[in-house]
Amino acid sequence: MYMKIERDQSRFKQIVKGKIRQNLRKYVTHGELIGRKGRDLVSIPVPQLDVPHFRYGQNGSGGVGQGEGEEGTPIAPGDPQDGDGQGQAGSEPGGHIMEVEVSLEDLAQILGDELELPRIEPKGKANITEEKTRYTSIRRSGPESLRHFKRTYMEALRRQISSSSYDAQRPLVVPIRDDKRYRSWSTTPLPEANAVVIYLMDVSGSMTDEQKQIVRTEAFWIDTWLKSQYDGLEARYIIHDAAAKEVDEETFYHTRESGGTRISSAYQVCLELINRAFSPDEWNLYVFQFSDGDNWGEDNQTSLKLLREEILPKVNLFCYGQVESPYGSGEYLRTLRDGLAKKSENLVLSEIRDRDAIYDSIKTFLGKGK
Amino acid sequence: MTATRIEPLPGELADVQAQMQEHARNYGLEFFPTIFEVIDHDQLNAIAAYGGFPTRYPHWRFGMEYEQLSKGYNYGLQKIYELVINNDPCYAYLMRSNALTDQKMVMAHVYGHCDFFKNNYWFSQTDRKMMDHMANHGQRVRRYMDRHGVEEVETFIDACLSIEDLIDVHSPFIKRFDAPLVDHLAQPDEDDDEEALRPGRFVAKEYMDQFVNPPDVLAAEAHKRREQKKVEEKFPKEPVRDVVLFILEHAPLKPWQLDVLSIVREEAYYFAPQGQTKIMNEGWASYWHSTIMTRQGLTSADIVNYADHHSGTMATSKGRLNPYKLGIELLRDVEDRWNKGRFGKEYDECDDMVAKRDWDTAAGLGRRKIFEVRKIHNDLTFIDTFLTLEFCREHKLFSFGYNEDSNYYEIESREFPKIKERLLFGLTHRGQPFITVREGNYKNRGELFLGHEFNGVELQTAYARDTLVNLQRLWGRPVHIETVLEGHKTILSYDGDEHSVEQFKPSDK
Repeated sequence: MYMKIERDQSRFKQIVKGKIRQNLRKYVTHGELIGRKGRDLVSIPVPQLDVPHFRYGQNGSGGVGQGEGEEGTPIAPGDPQDGDGQGQAGSEPGGHIMEVEVSLEDLAQILGDELELPRIEPKGKANITEEKTRYTSIRRSGPESLRHFKRTYMEALRRQISSSSYDAQRPLVVPIRDDKRYRSWSTTPLPEANAVVIYLMDVSGSMTDEQKQIVRTEAFWIDTWLKSQYDGLEARYIIHDAAAKEVDEETFYHTRESGGTRISSAYQVCLELINRAFSPDEWNLYVFQFSDGDNWGEDNQTSLKLLREEILPKVNLFCYGQVESPYGSGEYLRTLRDGLAKKSENLVLSEIRDRDAIYDSIKTFLGKGK
Repeated sequence: MTATRIEPLPGELADVQAQMQEHARNYGLEFFPTIFEVIDHDQLNAIAAYGGFPTRYPHWRFGMEYEQLSKGYNYGLQKIYELVINNDPCYAYLMRSNALTDQKMVMAHVYGHCDFFKNNYWFSQTDRKMMDHMANHGQRVRRYMDRHGVEEVETFIDACLSIEDLIDVHSPFIKRFDAPLVDHLAQPDEDDDEEALRPGRFVAKEYMDQFVNPPDVLAAEAHKRREQKKVEEKFPKEPVRDVVLFILEHAPLKPWQLDVLSIVREEAYYFAPQGQTKIMNEGWASYWHSTIMTRQGLTSADIVNYADHHSGTMATSKGRLNPYKLGIELLRDVEDRWNKGRFGKEYDECDDMVAKRDWDTAAGLGRRKIFEVRKIHNDLTFIDTFLTLEFCREHKLFSFGYNEDSNYYEIESREFPKIKERLLFGLTHRGQPFITVREGNYKNRGELFLGHEFNGVELQTAYARDTLVNLQRLWGRPVHIETVLEGHKTILSYDGDEHSVEQFKPSDK
């Protein structure tokens, strides 16, 4: 039976994708989007596409149910939105959410389309290629250390059977020189385009959880985009207050220190990391720094100097995102803007006032195509 | 659906069908010829997504339904057992992978539905050749899509669907208007000078005039006439419930748009009785599958499977009312009451609880009564007539309501009147707000003015706004709806560019 349903289904999927496009702002700012990302799939709860009707709202609505329970027993949550939910006066309380699964690749694609992000051009070393060797084939000659044991005995067995010297009652297989098989390799040239993204975050007392959530959401989207641009993307995390250290992802988001802020300490650690592991000749380097902009006054000059002379020449892009905190003075952004921004092409500054600003901030950071 | 595509049922199932049909006939069920077709789960999901009609017009929402159904099936969350189409002949689809026990049960269930479709009064006006007409609709819409582009037609269908529920479900049964609505613009302007409004005077001498023709009476009369004239000028004369029809007759739409809107309306009328009789229809079908299966259909090998699947269908999840369960239990309750003669003045007025509990006149009218119920009732009248206090107690029904403070739906009461009220409210007008056309020439500027007959539950404003947008697309001129929000009369408007809200706070009155 020929079914036209596929046509309608793909039409629906297109619309849903379009829906994500239109409402991307909304999703970008919602932390819960990152919910489940096992096996490279994130699940985005997409409201079912409803055709709007005149219908009853929540206030005054209700219905009839069946079962145990006292008066006043809650049976279903109302709509978490502003009380103007989808509860039907008819039969079923609660809303109706549908999940659409989008692969991370699609998500990056959607993000790129929506933010009109340019494709990143890797730093000028497209001619640098690496030779990668892989053991993929078998040969009749080679060093003994590469002898393929199983294949060799298979050959021997085959020979013995075909020459009827194999006795199933006494299964004795003896390879001779002709039976020997060796592993062999082939080399493939790989264009080098590795990237590392280094996140620096201020964890001093003035950064609150709300700010960290913003950083986390933004970092997720940056990761997603960069991953779609580079095959091997590595991420490194550095936290600092008055002193800095490299940490893992988990610690990065959950540490809260107290005390002062010395940004230069983080730059120092970052620089050491670059020099030690990520030579700028071989890596595309991205540094994202998030802070509330509070720094010890005398440290500013040191920081600027480090940045200008050491870090900026080495990296593709240095992004400084300043989240607004109730305690921070936000002064560092001004310092950077006055001291460096005009002269340095690969320094991007952005102010992230609240969750809604994440969207624009990502665009600022990645819009340069570096 | 063409006849050539139908595969005959495989031998075993054909035998089962013959048996089940025989049993159903013997019980007095009466149905259209019923054609069963065995299909796999994917096709079943697809057909179900199309509301039962494989040849429906293309639209994304069917794709959405399908996506949900097939996801639900693939994850093992849900499974459709059967699908029956109200048509002559009746079409029913069986899932290939179902076990024979299930097929038996489904067939018995299907005959229940077929009987209901054929005999229930609310279905009497539905189109029994819908299978053909749907295919016809599909062709027409596809043709428009070829001519005007998928995007344009689909967007228009979206707008139409937005108001598809604004129909008058009772109109197939009653005559609302003496004459068809006549376009007011076509009417010649009658002499509307003040002269016609001046009430007649009796001839009297001058000094007697104010006694023969008292001024206040004259004034009242003039006022009455002016009011009268206002009513006559009103367009439409009285509120129109079939908003879709009103738009069809008066909105400036292109021929293809008119056709699409009339297709949407026709299908809405076709599906309306199914919404009105969900509890009864499912209850009736379940009553018969359980009766036929337990008395005749089951072999000892079937028992466990049957019991499992029957109870699965009847299960109630927390806080939800299962129409299958409510329907079958209430029908059984009615049958039981009429078997024992528990009805009428004498029973109702009996105060002796013990006597009432043991009441049994051996009237034996139960079966006849439920056949009568299935003929004349819909869900609303069924619940209204037959829901009893004892039934609510026995089945632990409760009413729930939305608590603004906790943002939770909470159990509200276990009192019979409250439960009944909530239940009836949910069934009245299929649980949707009453919307009527109040004026088609609002402010004398050709604007459309709708009214929401407020009955305690507010409209969902976000939806109402979006609906207004779609409505405006159809009407072409600004549209308004009067409703009540936060206890005050409110008019929501959309003029094609922006929304506006006018609220009448008590101080403004």
